[in-house]
Amino acid sequence: MTTHPESTGTPLPAGTPAPDFSLHSTPDQAVRLSEFRGQPVILAFYPADWSPVCGDQMSLYNSILPEFQRLGAELIGISVDGIWCHLAFAKDRNLHFPLLADFEPKGAVARAYGAYRAEDGTTARALFVIDAEGVIRWSHVSPVGVNPGAEGILAALEALQKGSVPA
Amino acid sequence: MTAEQEIVRLTLPVGERDHIQGPATAPVTLVEYGDYECPHCGRAYPIVKHVQQRLDNRLRFVFRNFPLAESHPHAEHAAEAAEAAAAQGHFWEMHDALFENQRALGDEHLVRYAAAHGLDRERFTGDMSEHTYAPRVREDFMSGVRSGVNGTPTFFINGVRYDDSWDAETLLAALQAASGA
Repeated sequence: MTTHPESTGTPLPAGTPAPDFSLHSTPDQAVRLSEFRGQPVILAFYPADWSPVCGDQMSLYNSILPEFQRLGAELIGISVDGIWCHLAFAKDRNLHFPLLADFEPKGAVARAYGAYRAEDGTTARALFVIDAEGVIRWSHVSPVGVNPGAEGILAALEALQKGSVPA
Repeated sequence: MTAEQEIVRLTLPVGERDHIQGPATAPVTLVEYGDYECPHCGRAYPIVKHVQQRLDNRLRFVFRNFPLAESHPHAEHAAEAAEAAAAQGHFWEMHDALFENQRALGDEHLVRYAAAHGLDRERFTGDMSEHTYAPRVREDFMSGVRSGVNGTPTFFINGVRYDDSWDAETLLAALQAASGA
């Protein structure tokens, strides 16, 4: 894994190959980004389980999940919370997509994406849409207190889909 | 933060399909994306009534469904019930009943509210079990997503997302400013 020099700087921009990673989604299951090659992936970094804004953001994405699936995309949530915390959170909110624990070394994946807030020790509220070839096609960082909604993600996925349709 | 706040606009204009209170000629249109089981929307309900009363025919109010069904187990059916009531010409009665009884939104309660407002019971229960209005609710929901709705309630004043506090005083002031009064 490459380390990004600026831990709280700008997120990796469109056109950058998405750094590969493997993180736990359950105590005995890991998810590797490159396993999703062939379909778009949405990486949603969020600061913490349980904080009210994150809850809303993840619940919102949970409700929009069928729309993401219709566009062929896989949604993955990432924060520095540990796996047991994620499991409890996902169960409480009835989430139907994986939450990955960027826990050890803490925030390493977030740092690689330019989505780490060193001053808080948490992931930023950053979104990445990665195409079927593993290249970042859209990224966005919101203020920590602002739920970015889903319009940007959907627009990026639709642009991908249009691009892949033969003219 | 305010300096970089972007202007977010309503992508689906208010039209024939909407549930509307107030005259089409009103200088201000307030659109709410709401969830009948959301406690914040429950708190916003009397505030909306209050600003409607204060602005009277200078305000047009529109309600659209944004049920966060995974968080609120009764929200989807409640939204469908309001649409089923709308099909019988009683949307606002059902809308009010749902917000005034947020803790009693089970299917049996929905039928009771329908009956209390004189709806054809058989038609209503048929629409509910067939999910006749689920596509309509989804259409509202997606129009909200595409307009930058990120939680409930989300308000739009004259087509622009309202990100300020919606306590009675602040909301009223914003609406009055938008009405040019």
